[in-house]
Amino acid sequence: MNQDISYVRTEDAPLLEPPSSQIGPRAWLWENIFASMADYATPSKAIVSIMMTIITVFTAYALVWMTWTLLDFAIFSATFFDPEGLKREACLDAGGACWPFIKAKWYQFMYGFYPPEEVWRVNVCMALLAVGIAWLIFPLPHRGKVAAFMLFGYPVIAFVLLNGMPIEHDGDIGHVVSGVWFPLILAGIAFAGYWVTSHGSIGDVGEAMAPALLMAAIVLGIFAGLPLVTMTLDLALGTEVVETNKWGGLTITLVVAIFGIVISLPVGMLLALGRQSNAPIIRYSSIIFIEVVRGIPLISVLFFASAMLPYFLEPGVDFNKLLRAMIGVVLFASAYMAEVIRGGLQAIPKGQYEGGMSLGLSFWQQMRLIIMPQALTTVIPGIVNTFIGLFKDTTLVLIISIFDLLGILSATLKDPEWSTPTTAYTGYLVIALIYWIFCFGMSRYSVYMENKLDRSHR
Amino acid sequence: MSSISDSDDAVRSERSGLAALVFDAKARSLFFQAVLAILIIIAAYIAVRNAGANLAEQGREFGFDFFGRPSDIQILTTFGTWLIGYEAGKNTVFDVFLLSIANTLIIAIAGVIFATLWGFLLGIFRLSNNFVLNSFATIYIELLRNVPLLLQIFFWTAVLRLVAPGPRDAGWLVPGLLSWNSKGIYGPYPLVEPGFSYTLIAFLLACVAAWGFARWAKRRQDATGKQSSVGLVTLGLLILVPTLVFLVTGRPMTIEWPNFVTEGPILRRGFERGIGSYIAPEFFALFLALTTYTAAFIAEIVRAGIQAVPNGQSEAAGALGLPPGLAMRKVILPQAFRVIIPPLTSQYLNLTKNSSLAAAIGYPELVAVFAGTTLNQVGRAIEIIAIVILVYLTISLLTSAFMNWFNNRVKLVER
Repeated sequence: MNQDISYVRTEDAPLLEPPSSQIGPRAWLWENIFASMADYATPSKAIVSIMMTIITVFTAYALVWMTWTLLDFAIFSATFFDPEGLKREACLDAGGACWPFIKAKWYQFMYGFYPPEEVWRVNVCMALLAVGIAWLIFPLPHRGKVAAFMLFGYPVIAFVLLNGMPIEHDGDIGHVVSGVWFPLILAGIAFAGYWVTSHGSIGDVGEAMAPALLMAAIVLGIFAGLPLVTMTLDLALGTEVVETNKWGGLTITLVVAIFGIVISLPVGMLLALGRQSNAPIIRYSSIIFIEVVRGIPLISVLFFASAMLPYFLEPGVDFNKLLRAMIGVVLFASAYMAEVIRGGLQAIPKGQYEGGMSLGLSFWQQMRLIIMPQALTTVIPGIVNTFIGLFKDTTLVLIISIFDLLGILSATLKDPEWSTPTTAYTGYLVIALIYWIFCFGMSRYSVYMENKLDRSHR
Repeated sequence: MSSISDSDDAVRSERSGLAALVFDAKARSLFFQAVLAILIIIAAYIAVRNAGANLAEQGREFGFDFFGRPSDIQILTTFGTWLIGYEAGKNTVFDVFLLSIANTLIIAIAGVIFATLWGFLLGIFRLSNNFVLNSFATIYIELLRNVPLLLQIFFWTAVLRLVAPGPRDAGWLVPGLLSWNSKGIYGPYPLVEPGFSYTLIAFLLACVAAWGFARWAKRRQDATGKQSSVGLVTLGLLILVPTLVFLVTGRPMTIEWPNFVTEGPILRRGFERGIGSYIAPEFFALFLALTTYTAAFIAEIVRAGIQAVPNGQSEAAGALGLPPGLAMRKVILPQAFRVIIPPLTSQYLNLTKNSSLAAAIGYPELVAVFAGTTLNQVGRAIEIIAIVILVYLTISLLTSAFMNWFNNRVKLVER
C-alpha cells in the first residue's frame, strides 16, 4: 500500500469571494425587489410577474410621492417665521405648513386655558410623571416603592397641584384635624384590631376577621387622611383652585388617559375574576357588564355619563363634567381589560391553582402570588394594546365638549386670525405626531417587555 | 389515604359552630353573592327613585310616545333618507330612528367590505419578500394604527374639501361613471319601469341554480374526484340569465344621469339636487377614514394568521406539486382563517361602533341624529340612550352570531 498521495492537498484552498450575484447592493436588489417579477416560464407565471411589476412600480411611486408631499409641505414650502407678527398673512402665499401658527398656539395645545401664572403646577405634575414612568420603565432600584407612590401618592399630589384644594378651609390645620378625628381614631382601632388578630392567636374567627379589619382600616384611613394630606400640601404650596373647565390640551388627554389606565387595570382584574367565579350572581353580573359595555361604542357610554347619569343621581347633585367623562372612559376600558386578563387567566394550567391550594394559600394569596403574575405577563401585549386604544379614545371626549388635545386644535382652527388653507393640515400633522409618539412608544415598550419576560424555551 | 382524611377530619373537628361556618366555602360564596345582590338592588332602587324625582322636578314623563311625534329636523340626504323618503315635518321621530339605523348599517357594511379587501391586500404585502411592498405596508400600518381615528376623520374631511372641485364646478371621480365636487359625489341612478321584476326574479333563480350546481359539483368531486369549473358556471349564470331576461322583456329600465347646470342664477349652478344618485361628502370622508384605519388592523391580523400556519404545511404542499398560488388557496388560507376569524369579528364590530364617530362631522347615523339632534329636540335622555344602547347591542350580537356560525364551519374538527 505504498501509494503516491502527492495529489492530495496539504493545505486549505483559499476562500473565494462569494459570486457577485450573491452579495452587494445588486444581489440585495435582485432578491428583495426584482426576483418576484422575473419569472416568464409559463403564461400564468408571466401574468403574475407582470402584475407584480405594475403593483411594485405603483407602490414605489406612491411611497416617493407621499414622502415628497410631506417633505415639501413640512419643510420646502413651509413658512417658519413670522417676525413682523403678520399672523395669517405670513402663511397665506407659501402653500406649505404654517409653523408660526403652531408656535402661537403651542401653549393652548399643552395646557388649554390654564392660567399662565399657575402653569408651573402642570409642569411639576408632568415632570413627576415623567420621572416616575422612566423609573418604572428602566429597571432602577426600589421599583416597588416607586410604583406604590405612583399609584397611591401621585394621584393625590397631582390632584392638589392641578386643581387646587376644593374644600374651603381657613388655613388652620387644627380645624381639619378636629373635623376628621373620629374616623381617624376608628381607623387606628381597626388597624390595632388587625395587628392583634393577625399576630396573636385568638382563634379562627379572629383570623377570619383580620382581612376585613385591614380593609376597614385602609378605607377609614383614606377617608380621614386624605383631607389632612391634601390640606398640608395646599398649605405648603399655596395653590389656588383652577376649575377643570380651564384645563385642556395635552394636560386633559394625559389626565384622562392615566386615570383610565390606573383604574381600569385593577377593575378589569376584578371583573375577569368575577367572570371566572363559580358563584352565579357574581359571574352573571360580571358577564352582563362586560358584554354590554363591549357591545356599545364609547360615544354612547360618554353620552350615558353626560346625559343619562345626572337623572340617576340625587336631585340637585351635579358633579364635574370631566369626572363624568373619566368615569365613562374607565367603565369602557375596564370591560376590554377584563377580557384581555381573562385570556391570561385561561392560559394558566389548573395545576397552578392546585399547587397554590396545596400550599394552604388563601384565594387572594393565590391570585396575588401565583396566578396574576403569570396571567398578566402572558397578556402584556393585549394590556398595552388596550392602553393604546384608551389613549386614542380619549379624543372622543371632545364630542361632549371637553377640550382635549384634538378638541383644542379644532377650537384654535376656528381662529380667523390664523385662517389659511394650510393651517388645518399643519395642526393635524403636529397633533397626529404627538399621538403617534405616545402610541408607538407604548407599542415598542410592549414588544420589549414581551421579549424580556419571555420564559419560554426557544 | 386514610391518614389524610383523618387529619382533615381532625382539622374540621377543631373548628366549632361559627368558625366552621366562616370557613365553609359554600357559606362564604353565598354570603358574598347575597351582599352583591343586595348592593345591586339598592343601587337600582336609588337610581329609579332618583330618576322619578328628577323627571317629576322637570315636569317630564317616562315613555316612548315621542316616537309618534312629527320630526321637523333637516337631515342630510343619505341612504337612510332615500330609503324612508324623509321630509322634514312630514315624517315622525320613529322614521328618523329607522333612517339613522339604516345609515349606521350602510356605513358599517360598506366599511367592512372595503376594509377587508384592503386589509387582506396589505397583510399579504406585509409578508411579501418584495422590499417596496413590504415597507409600504409596514409604514402604512404603523402610521395609521397609532393615530386616533377621530383625527383621521377630521383629516379626510379637510382633504376632501381641498381636493374636490368647488360647489359650482364638476370633476370626474371615476371617469365616465362618477363625478364629484365639494357638495358630494354624483352618479347614475336606475329608473325602474314596470316589467323589471322579471329580471329580478331571473337573478334570484340564477342564484338558486348556481347554489344547486355548486352542491352537485361538490358531491361529484367527493364521489368521483372529477372537478368542474364552479366559478365560471356561477359567474355565467349570474350575469347571463338576468341580462337575457332584461333584454327579452324590452329593457325596462332607464339610467338617469346627474344634471350639471351651468346657466341661470349663480346659486342654482352646479349639480341639480334630486337628479341621479348622490353620496354626501360626510359619508365619503367617514368611509375613507373607517376603511383605511380598520384595514391597518385587519392587515396585522391577516399577517399573524398566515404566520401561524406552520412552515411544514407550505413545504408539504410544494412537495405534492401544488403551485404557490394554489397552495395558498387550498392549504395555507383555510388554516389561517381559523386564527383570523375571531379577531376579524371584533374588528368588524369595532368598525360598526366606530361609525358613531360620525357625530363629530355630522353624518346622520344613530348617535349623531338620534342620540344627538332628536334627543335635544324631545329631551328624553333616558329612553333615547337606552334605545341606542339596545340597537348597538343587537347589531353586535347578530354579527357575533353570524361570525360564530362561520367560524364553526371552518374550524378544525377534532375528536
